[in-house]
Amino acid sequence: MNREIICINCPLGCRLEVTIEEGKVAKVTGNTCGKGVEYAQTECLNPTRTVTTTVSIKNTLYALLPVRTSKPIPKDLVTKCVQYLRRIEVKAPVRTGEIIVENILGTEADIIATKNLEAL
Amino acid sequence: MVGYDIVVIGSGPAGLAAAASAYKEGVKSILIIERDRELGGILQQCIHNGFGLFYFTQDLTGPEYATRFIEKVKENGISYKLNTMVLDITSERKIIAINKEEGLLEIQAKAVILAMGCRERTRGSINISGTRPAGIFTAGMAQRFVNMEGYMPGKEVVILGSGDIGLIMARRLTLEGANVKMVLELLPYSSGLTRNIVQCLQDYNIPLYFNHTITKIYGRDRVTGISFAEVDIKDKRPIAETEKEVACDTLLLAVGLIPENELSKKAGIEIDPITNGPVVNDRMETSVEGIFASGNVVHVHDLVDNVSKESEVAGRNAAKYVLSHKKFPSIKVKTVAGHGVLYVVPQIIHPQKMEEEITLYLRVKDIFKDQRLMITIGTEQNPKPIHSIKRLIMAPGEMQSINLKREQILKGIHVNDAAGIDTGLKLTVYIEAKGERKDE
Repeated sequence: MNREIICINCPLGCRLEVTIEEGKVAKVTGNTCGKGVEYAQTECLNPTRTVTTTVSIKNTLYALLPVRTSKPIPKDLVTKCVQYLRRIEVKAPVRTGEIIVENILGTEADIIATKNLEAL
Repeated sequence: MVGYDIVVIGSGPAGLAAAASAYKEGVKSILIIERDRELGGILQQCIHNGFGLFYFTQDLTGPEYATRFIEKVKENGISYKLNTMVLDITSERKIIAINKEEGLLEIQAKAVILAMGCRERTRGSINISGTRPAGIFTAGMAQRFVNMEGYMPGKEVVILGSGDIGLIMARRLTLEGANVKMVLELLPYSSGLTRNIVQCLQDYNIPLYFNHTITKIYGRDRVTGISFAEVDIKDKRPIAETEKEVACDTLLLAVGLIPENELSKKAGIEIDPITNGPVVNDRMETSVEGIFASGNVVHVHDLVDNVSKESEVAGRNAAKYVLSHKKFPSIKVKTVAGHGVLYVVPQIIHPQKMEEEITLYLRVKDIFKDQRLMITIGTEQNPKPIHSIKRLIMAPGEMQSINLKREQILKGIHVNDAAGIDTGLKLTVYIEAKGERKDE
């Protein structure tokens, strides 16, 4: 199977032609440097994304608390993760780095607060 | 009238970094004035990651990046006023500000650091014809609604402009349940990061049309749709035969930023017509003595990391200005944007009194692959090369920076040139003309 992807490591944005055989990256062309091969490996076999979104918060200046995953999670879980977090509500005060949801969707990543919000 | 050694206007990344570095340099009497409810500026609404990769060598979100500097400011006990709007600054560094609790404030500063950032261009600045319904937002305004206040601007969205803010909002609105129909870009390329093209548009199958713009907006009370068309690559005019309509209830404009310099102009500061920000020297001092400036108020940056670095130069030198009024003379060298370069900041360098090393920031006019940035110094007739750097790629959307040591600059000039006088010396940055330019 062949896939065409754009390397995201630098502004060059190399168009990579990736050949996948038996669940492995067999060949990468179009890359300018070694990072391209590395990127093709993860992006084709195990794509992940850091999720940043918000949860509702009560008793503070704003309606929302920004949060993120503590590490990247599989790409196909991103939408589900954001949908899940739409139901979560916390109460101020909250500190940056505080865990809001542990082990989100079984990914072993936690959802952590990215801002200090004081109680009113 | 109250007095402070240094007053910083704005508490975004520029103001925070400038205040922290002025404090570190030994000035303790510092006041930061912020018009919003909290410190941090626009970083607080940029909840996505990608900040701090250079400055902290960590991948942080906007609020996390801001928090690091806010904590530093608070630990140092630096004073700040929130919900306070500066109305006027004089060239003698008197500041008039206003807030609900204290009313009208008069503040005298020994040095001022301008860190007001920039604001978004609106529909008015790009002249889109049609009706004037609700549902047209700048991308940053929509970002604040979605990420801080908890409102969705709409359901069926078209975005004009493919800079990073436009791309980030395309993903954000999609994740929050909106249908982002398309992103339109007037230019043949995006000024956004490749990472954002892939992770904000391709991940969600959002189409991006280059060489396209909006020709008309429809709707009485609320936007009901837009017309868009391909543009002629040369003159950017819409091609009538290519015009199409698309239904939508929301239009986001991500069409550029303008440094916010109304206050700078009131103080009589010279503005560079290309950057739209103050003309600054190597210490980030403006044309008015004792008034410094840094960050997006000087020129629009694409990475906050560069804003922090530049603002530390402003803060450090504002502190030095306050602590010692010693004036030592230096010859003046003007920086010049040569072939392929749009602008260079700072615009003025004083080689004999500059810091050990300075960073020149510049933007190129087009996409250049595998070309050399050349730097010369000297008179117009006799420029001497002092430095050159090969870059794999340079694009208008990506600010270039070059570090230059004082010795490198001094080597190129006669030190016996008369001090303090404009000797006509120029430091020119250009792209080497030889070799062919490859267009995408």
